[in-house]
Amino acid sequence: MILTDDSRTRRRRAEAQEAADPRPFSRRVFLVTGAHAAGALVLGVTLGARTASPHALAQGQAQEPSASPGAATPGAGADAGFLPNAWLRVDPDGAVTIRLHKAEMGQGVMTSLPILVAEELEADWDRVRVEYAYGDPVYGSPLNGGLHLTFGSTSVRESWQPLRLAGATGRAMLVAAAAQIWGVDAEGCRAANGEVHHDPTGRLLAYGDLALLAAALPVPSPERVRLKEPRDFRLIGTAVPRLDIPAKVDGSARFAIDIRLPGMLTATVLRCPVFGGRVRSFDAAPALAIPGVRHVVEIPAALPGVDGGLAVVADGYWPAKLGRDALVVDWDEGPYAAQSSATIRAEMRALLDQPGDVWRAEGDAPGALAAATGVVEATYESPFLAHVTMEPMTCAAHVRPDAVDVWVGHQSATVVQELVAAPLTGLPPEAITIHQTYLGCGLGRRGEADFVADAVLVSQAVGAPVKVIWSREEDVQHDVYRPFTQQRVRAALDDAGDLLGWSHHTVGDSQVAVRYPFLLASGPAGNPIDDNSVQGLDGDFPYPLSNLRVETTMAASGIPVGWWRGVGHSQNTFVVEGVVDELAAAAGQDPLAFRRRLLRDVPRALGVLDLAAERAGWGEPLPPERGRGIALCRYSGTWVAEVAEVTVAADGTTTVDRLVCAVDCGIVVNPDAVEAQAIGGVIHGLSGTLYGEITIANGRVEQGNVDDYPLPRFDEIPPIEIHVVPSREAPGGMGEPTVPPVAPAVVNAVFAATGRRLRKLPVRPADLVATP
Amino acid sequence: MLTLTINGEERRVDVAGDTPLLWVLRDALGLTGTKFGCGIGQCAACYVHLDGTAVPACILPASQAEGRRITTIEGLSPDRSHPLQQAWIAEQVPQCGYCQSGQLMAAAALLATTPRLTDAEIDAGMRQNLCRCGTYPRIRRAIHRAAGA
Repeated sequence: MILTDDSRTRRRRAEAQEAADPRPFSRRVFLVTGAHAAGALVLGVTLGARTASPHALAQGQAQEPSASPGAATPGAGADAGFLPNAWLRVDPDGAVTIRLHKAEMGQGVMTSLPILVAEELEADWDRVRVEYAYGDPVYGSPLNGGLHLTFGSTSVRESWQPLRLAGATGRAMLVAAAAQIWGVDAEGCRAANGEVHHDPTGRLLAYGDLALLAAALPVPSPERVRLKEPRDFRLIGTAVPRLDIPAKVDGSARFAIDIRLPGMLTATVLRCPVFGGRVRSFDAAPALAIPGVRHVVEIPAALPGVDGGLAVVADGYWPAKLGRDALVVDWDEGPYAAQSSATIRAEMRALLDQPGDVWRAEGDAPGALAAATGVVEATYESPFLAHVTMEPMTCAAHVRPDAVDVWVGHQSATVVQELVAAPLTGLPPEAITIHQTYLGCGLGRRGEADFVADAVLVSQAVGAPVKVIWSREEDVQHDVYRPFTQQRVRAALDDAGDLLGWSHHTVGDSQVAVRYPFLLASGPAGNPIDDNSVQGLDGDFPYPLSNLRVETTMAASGIPVGWWRGVGHSQNTFVVEGVVDELAAAAGQDPLAFRRRLLRDVPRALGVLDLAAERAGWGEPLPPERGRGIALCRYSGTWVAEVAEVTVAADGTTTVDRLVCAVDCGIVVNPDAVEAQAIGGVIHGLSGTLYGEITIANGRVEQGNVDDYPLPRFDEIPPIEIHVVPSREAPGGMGEPTVPPVAPAVVNAVFAATGRRLRKLPVRPADLVATP
Repeated sequence: MLTLTINGEERRVDVAGDTPLLWVLRDALGLTGTKFGCGIGQCAACYVHLDGTAVPACILPASQAEGRRITTIEGLSPDRSHPLQQAWIAEQVPQCGYCQSGQLMAAAALLATTPRLTDAEIDAGMRQNLCRCGTYPRIRRAIHRAAGA
């Protein structure tokens, strides 16, 4: 999710920050603003007791995202030692604590972000410990409107400058402290690996010994702090082992589902299978008769877009589950009970035939296309897709009259505090304490409010700590899905073979209109627009052309939709790269050569296209029934091109034989993590191409578990090659960018193998059965 | 009252015999390394060893585990020293990590019966283990590494 710069959000953030910190100048929070285009650079120099309450290591919680490569040394208190800013602390014993403000969901931020600080700080990495931090505006995401969240492959990208600056500032002050002690020039001192050296006299002082003096020095302004040259990096660019991995190989890594608290009860929830439905009446007696079941609680529909339901509260998950199965419920199925995939398709097709809200109108696409010959017009469809995070939705909460504790692996502290726990309890956000755990997959699902609201409301109702665990069926059937879309594109080439015009209309439900209306953007005409729906058609549309029109229409199918890994790029790249392939075919051009020509002035696009094509052996002959397809995208500053090689058998069975992926993600912070994320993104892309889809009948999801919503299995993964273009650009994202090109690369390969153009996912054998 | 032998220790738990072993381990005994993924025995996040054979604990009634030798991820080694755990770290296998206990237990059972495996044998032997993050290629490398291939 990349939010447009919402002025209301930014103003709200700034006001909150001012109100929170009315201190004398030298100890006040201040913002350091850099270039506007990428959003504010925020250093957030916060000192003293009014800093964010970082989630400190509490006893017995050693496996929550607070980890150290060496021995865990408890800090001497949140504000002891040297805290030049909101990102690091050096204790007198030399331990360095780096604050992590992003959710660790397997993408490796718990290591890669602290690396940025430690590199410039010249910390001894073996003495670094990491703790999760939230509750201060400095931890907000500039690329996401200032909200505190982990989304959109933006963590490394937006932290690259500010976290290095934070570390470098700390280093400069430690060096200044040493220089002061020695009575020498700071320029003659050198920081390395947790120590300051004065080479001319052979003296050295450890950071721990300098901490208290450094803490008393003025913080230098950013323009006076020097960052390293890339050639001097010791950690950045190397495969530093991830801090969280050891705990993930022995069962000790703690996820929200693992939380155990004194007096805790466990609950599982039941919602109306029809979206928008509600409890008309229920009989709790059969559930309460189950040994171990303590309460049955009705959960109100307390948040917009989140249905109410029932919770069975018990001594453990199993009796709660039995109680849920035993409940007798009369549901009022609500307004969407007649909805089906067919009715949704028809509604969206009808909307597709109407004008949409204009998002982009450059040049005159309609006019150019009206005058063009050889217009390609195509209607595409993308299905609802489920997340199926390996850990179903889980959250624990303990609500008291004056405070709330929440234990959760969540992608957004803002959602947990400000959108759920505070409004539901009437307490201020500062009264909400978040104990962040690891996430058993995030994938965009774990940024939502519903499962957190369940825990808060049930705890409030029963007056005890409650851990809510959704069943997998509840998780699949009450997901927020990747949107079902209908898209129509009209495009044509000019006489020279360049893109003349592209007119694109996408119809789908909005991810934000109901649940987060403040995230709606405004189109040029002032209409509210969900800009997630046009990702990849916005500034990330890769192909230069003069006549481009993008329209989007919000449908209202009643099915809740949200952020799936890849977000709008994932379904829109399928369409864009399919249409580009159709244009190439209509012009009798090779799909690679066609793209190279259109992108001749975009070096980074050419870089990934050429690398992928070369490594894939593009152009080498293939046996019959086999074909190659290519696709590319730009996402969060990263360019990706992928070549898929497929076999389509006579019965339509499609096998991906090989997938070659070229990535240009700018400067690589951790090459091992880049490869892992690239492969993971490809496999996730395959899941949306050849595997399960969510279908609707009678207003309800027809699938319920991994048996009827299949996902890629161990023995179904093609050989996947990742090739990285060396780059000196600032880092781009890597969590999602390899997801979107998978579907079009496969579909384009199917076309190459069979001549059949698929405009609908997932790829189904029935659509590819050979005709005699 | 059931008596279960878990990781070499005898534990007595006051649970109904038809409670799935998964929830006895997690809720009654606090052994949370074994995970809940699907509840229908189709994702293997809940794999434990029963007399050395990998089985899904989410669909195994606890009473059927009485008198058997149960090994959970916590019992694979006391200190991450099992060759597979070492290989998992060396290859940086886990991403989110949630499926990895089940992956390791499956791999451990596989290697115990067939010390050297081809790629195809690994794929077939690990097919029941679902990973949503896409760590399969690295798991395969790590199994080879642990086998000394």
